[in-house]
Amino acid sequence: MTWLGRGIVLGLLAFIVLGPLANLALWAAAEQWYFPHKLPVSYGTKFWEQVFKPRGDAVTSLMTSIWIALSTVAACLVLAIPAGYALARLKLPWRTAILLAFLLPQAFPSVAVYINIARIFYDIKLNGTMIGVILVHTVHGLVFAVWITAAAFAAVDRDLELAARNLGGSPLRTFFTVSLPLAAPGIMASAIFVFLESLDEFTGTFFVGVPDVITLPLLMFTASIAGNYQIAAITALVLLVPSVVFMLVIERFLKADVLSKVGA
Amino acid sequence: MHDSGRLGPLLVAPALLMVLALFVYPLGYSLVTAFEAKGGGFTFGNFAKAFEFYSVDIGFTLVIIGLSTLLIALAAIAIGGYLTLGENPRAVALLRWLYRWPLFIPFVVAAQCMRSFLAKNGLMNNTFVALGILELDQTTGFLDWRGIVITFVWKQTPFVALLVAGAMASLDRSTIEAARNLGASRLRILFEILVPQVMPTLVVGLILSFVTMMSVLSVPLMISGESPTMMTVDMAFRINNYGDYGTANALGFISYLLTAACAWVYLKRAVRQ
Repeated sequence: MTWLGRGIVLGLLAFIVLGPLANLALWAAAEQWYFPHKLPVSYGTKFWEQVFKPRGDAVTSLMTSIWIALSTVAACLVLAIPAGYALARLKLPWRTAILLAFLLPQAFPSVAVYINIARIFYDIKLNGTMIGVILVHTVHGLVFAVWITAAAFAAVDRDLELAARNLGGSPLRTFFTVSLPLAAPGIMASAIFVFLESLDEFTGTFFVGVPDVITLPLLMFTASIAGNYQIAAITALVLLVPSVVFMLVIERFLKADVLSKVGA
Repeated sequence: MHDSGRLGPLLVAPALLMVLALFVYPLGYSLVTAFEAKGGGFTFGNFAKAFEFYSVDIGFTLVIIGLSTLLIALAAIAIGGYLTLGENPRAVALLRWLYRWPLFIPFVVAAQCMRSFLAKNGLMNNTFVALGILELDQTTGFLDWRGIVITFVWKQTPFVALLVAGAMASLDRSTIEAARNLGASRLRILFEILVPQVMPTLVVGLILSFVTMMSVLSVPLMISGESPTMMTVDMAFRINNYGDYGTANALGFISYLLTAACAWVYLKRAVRQ
């Protein structure tokens, strides 16, 4: 391929990949933009002030989203650390089947499942509550939490655990002073995945959270459908920040020795 | 550690119960409701209604997801292939930097990006007009089934390409070098040496993408909520406007079947190997 051909292909690809993001950024910076203008008529921060005004819808939604995501991470870790340790180190019948069971919520088209969770939650008064949404996000995030945590424990050097036991440490003490600290970076990586999944989750919240729990993705959706493109673009950018930051730091937590044991 | 054999199951139980209560139970509930008449009792009526109202959308869903999967596969092979066989280091580095961008972008955000980008007076058409490729009155919006396909391909290609490129990078270079020395073109090496060997990885990536696309509600809602559209939108519509769980679950059942058929093809392949 000549340098010209390569340039054209890469340029076209850059247009396809980055064009939609550029359009979003333009809308976030635009104050006025209407047909037939190819670029915004005027730029400004009017809509940013509107989005970030204290006690505004967006700030409330952001707080709701973060609170739900942190609770989901806590719930996932409480469930996944014992489960991950058992999967990595203890005698367990049907080990593969158990590993696969956690994949189930991601392996089925989920809309119909969420509809029925909403129906069940409605009967036990969990619909439209934070707890309901946290439960749904937790089940969805468990696969990351359990699989990565199990891999992190499996990557811990067995000899170090044995040494601690030989020096007279109790099993529980060995777990808390040796296994857990050594597996911590992997567990942190799983927490990041669960946090992102929860922060970005739309479908489950759409059915289970309405009308009272409005997370940032739902607020963005509502603004977009109502035609408030500036508000939608600004909220979308807020959602993008953690995704990009985590993409940059994830390699620091998820090392190759852990990665090679995921799902194994 | 001293292990009586009881501790393991005990530690896994809470997490497993969570999946049972909040996934397996609602799934079963969904399967039963699909075959249940309004007053109770077994019926195929929900399916009759689903096909009567939504057979076009079921077909559309299959076409949209089938076409998206095909395009994702081609794009992922092209990207992985160039990353492995590309001879211009700067172009390879640029591509590696470029293709990953949409990977971690949430579907709602991707849909919002495309909603503005693909509109009749969005940045895409504006660029075409500015470059003189189109006249202002020739532009058309892509916010219909084509927009859904474009959004899916844009969002899912990096994921599959990442898997495929990783698999290609771990292959034995000596076969590739040997083929090069014998004068084989890079395109031939890609399709006769690389692709057959990374097929299992490619298929796993595509199946995960397939299920993801079957589950996404935000993209069809935001790109093209009008009929004809995807089954996910119809399910949400039956629930939110009519409280019609029977038909919604019948549609859900059909979407499970489509996914199961897809997984079956994969498993049959895996067993044969």
